[in-house]
Amino acid sequence: MEVLDLARWQFGITTVYHFFFVPLTIGLSVLVAGMQTAWWRTGDERWLRLTKFFGKLFLINFAMGIATGIVQEFQFGMNWSDYSRFVGDIFGAPLAIEGLLAFFLESTFLGLWIFGWDRLKPGLHLACLWIAALGTVLSAYFILAANSFMQNPVGYTFNAEKNRAELTDFGAVMTNKVLLATFPHQIVGCFMVAGAFVAGVALWQMMRHPDRDASTFQPAFRLGAVVLLVAGLGTMITGDFQGKVMTEVQPMKMAAAEGLYDDAAPAPFSLLTVGTLDGSEEVFKLEIPKLLSFLGTGTFDGEVRGIDSLQAEYEQKYGPGDYAPNVPVTYWTFRAMITAGGLAMLAGAAMLWSTRGGRTPSSRWMLRAAIVLPLLPMAANSFGWIFTEMGRQPWVVFGLMPTASGVSPSTSVAEVATSLAAFTALYGVLAVIEVRLLLRYIGKGLPELDPPRDRDDIDAPLAFAY
Amino acid sequence: MDLTTFWFILIAVLWVGYLVLEGFDFGVGMLMAVLAKDDRERRVLLNTIGPVWDGNEVWLIVAGGATFAAFPEWYATMFSGFYLPRLLILIALIVRIIGIEFRSKRDDAAWRRRCDTAIVIGSVVPAVLWGVALANIVRGVPIDADKEYVGGLLDLLNPYGLLGGLVTLSVFLVHGAFFVGLKTEGPIRERAIELGVRAGVVAAALTTLFVVWTAVRDGGTAVWILGALVLVAFVLGLLSAVARLDGWAFTGTSVAIGLLVVMLFAALFPDVMVSSLDPLWSLTTTNAASTPYTLRIMSWVALAFTPIVVLYQGWSYWVFRRRIGVQHIPV
Repeated sequence: MEVLDLARWQFGITTVYHFFFVPLTIGLSVLVAGMQTAWWRTGDERWLRLTKFFGKLFLINFAMGIATGIVQEFQFGMNWSDYSRFVGDIFGAPLAIEGLLAFFLESTFLGLWIFGWDRLKPGLHLACLWIAALGTVLSAYFILAANSFMQNPVGYTFNAEKNRAELTDFGAVMTNKVLLATFPHQIVGCFMVAGAFVAGVALWQMMRHPDRDASTFQPAFRLGAVVLLVAGLGTMITGDFQGKVMTEVQPMKMAAAEGLYDDAAPAPFSLLTVGTLDGSEEVFKLEIPKLLSFLGTGTFDGEVRGIDSLQAEYEQKYGPGDYAPNVPVTYWTFRAMITAGGLAMLAGAAMLWSTRGGRTPSSRWMLRAAIVLPLLPMAANSFGWIFTEMGRQPWVVFGLMPTASGVSPSTSVAEVATSLAAFTALYGVLAVIEVRLLLRYIGKGLPELDPPRDRDDIDAPLAFAY
Repeated sequence: MDLTTFWFILIAVLWVGYLVLEGFDFGVGMLMAVLAKDDRERRVLLNTIGPVWDGNEVWLIVAGGATFAAFPEWYATMFSGFYLPRLLILIALIVRIIGIEFRSKRDDAAWRRRCDTAIVIGSVVPAVLWGVALANIVRGVPIDADKEYVGGLLDLLNPYGLLGGLVTLSVFLVHGAFFVGLKTEGPIRERAIELGVRAGVVAAALTTLFVVWTAVRDGGTAVWILGALVLVAFVLGLLSAVARLDGWAFTGTSVAIGLLVVMLFAALFPDVMVSSLDPLWSLTTTNAASTPYTLRIMSWVALAFTPIVVLYQGWSYWVFRRRIGVQHIPV
């Protein structure tokens, strides 16, 4: 393997892994803040116990997010130094702003929330969590601004003398149409993860321990399931919008997502293809007529470009080369994303139905579904991003810089191989620790509330301590 | 002032913030190995930094992001060039975070011992390597005409670089001890200050050697003055500790670390990375910088938000200002 392959594997592994934790952090910070708000407004202690229970799970997850997040900030420079030199004038700004505006908010106010139960007045303490939640959402906006530039470079000019892209319009970068489509899609995607997590954990508790706090988990389950379904609808609407933007600015990605080789008007949506995807042989396929035209262009007869004609056009424009991404990966990750998200919604709806009127379901299938449920939107998020990033290939910045040109020229195979092996091994160990801890705390159930303490007692134990 | 100079100063400020704040986090982490006698005392130590360590670490993330935005060439050369040390730092920071966050999540002595090891290693390794890295940036490393690092790992392990690593290691240990002296009560506070003073003598000797070496290499008056101030602040901190003035002791080490960073950046300016092969190949605030347009936008963002960050981070320190003793650790 060459440095390029190793660096790509490392970026893929570390980023996909990091992103297991991010959507849950973003969505769950808001849901836990909502639970605490319900307690603050009603005084109903069930919500306080739920806040503490899901808050603890949230923090276990958050710790993994920050631990794996530091790598993200630095591996551009380590493995992709030529990329960093080429785009730094544009790409660095949203990263720096993300740190300054979002990460400081998140870290400081979460610290205040975790340790501040007995130090801050209840309203102020609650506000700290909402501010931290705002920080997580802000961070999504800025990092997506950086990524959207890679998908659809705007607001720049190419400086041939310095061989780099230079910022000319910051506003254009921050209102990139890919960003405006991706941000809402990502945020509702985060809420699907958090909703499914809360619903799955709560339903499991209700079914597994019906005589332990089932009536407290009931409203948590409903909250999670409703959030999952509403956010699921949100991903469909925003995804539709995003698909149209993608067809416009990255038609090759859409063509690859469909395995569509020839221009078609109207174009069908391929549900399933059995056979070879390089177009040489098709054994069996199932498709819905005209749907792709609608998804891509908004009309049932719109033309969707195919891989072959785009390849010819790009060769004219950029010179000889292969401009199609890996078609099987793009084709299947696109479908896997939709399938996983759709299954999560179906399962959530079935669970809501089975708990109508205060019922508690008892079938073994429902118990299994509750366990699998949180994994489905998480998988949908991962597949969606693998699709987005693999579909951009062979470019690291679409139309401007091929991925192969971005890799660090001075870095050796041994160095990248070492770091790839080290991160993979470390992340593997951390995964085991993380899952065990989560299961352990889920299994424990709701915590008992401490008796109210005298705030002036300076020798009283801390409300929370490491 | 030139925008590139302004950003050079701002990045220096971010490093000052990072190393002053995370410096005592690292120090407290190292003290887990030597100062605490039992699990409750270890938890006292850990909880002195509990609410704040994560916010402290963000200074590094922002310093990295700001370097990327303002001096992309610097960011690219530094991180791809110092590849293996950087990898070690990242792994150490990850391991430390997991140790801090997950230690008390299980009531199991073997688990907690493993987490303690993680915290100690995760504190020692970056404390040494940041010093090695900063010293080498100032000293100069093999950088070619294309701004690429062409040396190996051994090029970084020269006497000056290693001394820099020992200085940050020992100074952070003292800084952490004085922080514990300020934030705890009971016997552990006494032991922390005593240990801090004893280690402080070694740290002062190492720092003196390093400061003089840096000033002689540089030859500039500013570096000599800054170096002298580093030593004055550090010694005053030590004397305050002997007099049991906890606040002044910690202030002394904080100012000393801040000035040490300022001294190194002053010695560096107007370069941002010195090439040991040919001075013409050094990266400078000019040839490594982003466009004036980007710098202008980033300046507005930084001027508007940095004071706000400092305010609310300061407030969080105020909220958790109480000293912690073993009686505060919940069972």
